[in-house]
Amino acid sequence: MLHRLYAWSKHLERVVLLLVALVFIFPFVWMMLTSLKAFDEVMIFPPKWIPDVPIWQNFVQAWESGPFFTYFFNSLFVAVSILVLQLATGIPAAYAFARYRFRGSRLLFGITLIALMIPPQLTFLPVFIQMSEWDVINSYLPLILPYAASAFGIFLLRQSFLQVPEELIEAARLDKASEWQIIWRIMVPMAKPVLVTFSLFSFIYHWNDYFWPLVMTNQDQFRTLPVGIAMLKENEGGVAWNVVMAGNVILVIPILIIFFVAQRHIIRAFIYSGVK
Amino acid sequence: MRTAFGLRPYLYLTPSLIVFALFFLYPILYLVYLSFTSWNLINPVKEYVGLDNYRELLADPEFVQVLGNTLFYTVVTVSISLLLGLLMALWLNRRGWFYSLIQGAVFSPYIISLVSVSLLWLWMMDPQYGLLNALLHMVGLPPSQWLADTSSAIWGLILVSVWKIVGYNTLICVAGLQSIPKELYEAAALDKTPAWRRFVAITLPMLSPTLFFLLVVNTIASFQVFDTVKIMTQGGPVNSTNMLVFFIYEYGFDFFKIGYAAAAGVVLLILVGVLTAVHFMLLAKRVHYR
Repeated sequence: MLHRLYAWSKHLERVVLLLVALVFIFPFVWMMLTSLKAFDEVMIFPPKWIPDVPIWQNFVQAWESGPFFTYFFNSLFVAVSILVLQLATGIPAAYAFARYRFRGSRLLFGITLIALMIPPQLTFLPVFIQMSEWDVINSYLPLILPYAASAFGIFLLRQSFLQVPEELIEAARLDKASEWQIIWRIMVPMAKPVLVTFSLFSFIYHWNDYFWPLVMTNQDQFRTLPVGIAMLKENEGGVAWNVVMAGNVILVIPILIIFFVAQRHIIRAFIYSGVK
Repeated sequence: MRTAFGLRPYLYLTPSLIVFALFFLYPILYLVYLSFTSWNLINPVKEYVGLDNYRELLADPEFVQVLGNTLFYTVVTVSISLLLGLLMALWLNRRGWFYSLIQGAVFSPYIISLVSVSLLWLWMMDPQYGLLNALLHMVGLPPSQWLADTSSAIWGLILVSVWKIVGYNTLICVAGLQSIPKELYEAAALDKTPAWRRFVAITLPMLSPTLFFLLVVNTIASFQVFDTVKIMTQGGPVNSTNMLVFFIYEYGFDFFKIGYAAAAGVVLLILVGVLTAVHFMLLAKRVHYR
């Protein structure tokens, strides 16, 4: 009897957990459903759950309501450029912090930690003014350059470089490997999981970013997808929610696909960003 | 470790440090400087005005309300999302595909752009055609004005933020729970310690560094709320959801009162700075204890 009660409570718990999961998943489902509805299907109450006929035209309309190819390209270009630069600056820096003892290393590491703590919401105003005084506001520079080095990346890579056994490096030095070769032939391959983790983190963060591109751009030519999508709503007199949601799907789908493919890595990336 | 490499480590650090100096440290100093000036972005002269901006800010009822809104939003968002995150972590801290599936689902809003999240919830909170009012209707409750009402609008933003970050808190707590040594629970089981005692005497103290970390990180993040405000409410109705970063953004980019915006930025800097300092101090203490 007790046995059966226990089995039932197990089932019940699973049902409740599925309902909890639904609270977090369903808004995305609602976004997809809305993106396929006709305008008059959106503007009824109570709402209709499933569209009669899926209107794929909404996606075309969203895409053609602005220079969306440009936005999409800019998002990709900016996120990838930032990632490449962060790896190029971060790998040597992490190596220096992990493997050398030198004057001022504590101070310089302290500066890195401070950089880790300063959010873009504090620096956007002075950086914007600086950029406009250099007359580079309408270019990719203000979007990319401030993120060309990542304190978080250096921090993460340093941890993993510290774990590489010293003997391996000594052996390479005996073989007359240059420091540069040690970095690229030993350190980087050993740190591959962390590099993947950090790359996912960085790409997702900058693909999703709205605040920085919003304040640093005032021309369509340099705007990114999140800024473009948010303008879909502002452009219309009465909001065409089906079209806005179609635009939203365009923004979300790449990240959702990456999430399903690399869920483990991504969760680890964001947990690292916390625990360490 | 080697010491005989001369300039090499500095060379490796130079590119990163230039970026940090140029885009983190210098802008902070420049922000403080700007806060002592009166400037409209166009005039070539930045006039030095001392503490005038700060005096004006503190006497400005709009700013006082903005500060109040930000603090209210932060306290409520952080306490709800921390509590929910902890409860869900205690519940979901089990192995097996089913639990990782649920963990993944709960976490998914965290990796989605705040733009999407804001637009999505703005649509669901539409007072006329929104899904949320349809759900209220289904269970026989009266519709809500959601973001259109001064008393409920800030709660709408809080709802969205909690929905977005609770999965992050859950997973960090799960990671924290999994690092608690099993022996502690085994010993407690031998002593027949009741479940709530185990929670108070083992789980909570062992998890406290994690919870403290989340408290600080969530608080700093909440102070900087912007995207939801900009997309969902523009600070309205009647300033009821206007918050610090949006205030700085508006004064800087719409009203061109740079010094005034910078002074508000310094207020944010102080809030974030104090929290960060507390964080580091307690972190350093923990390291000493080990």
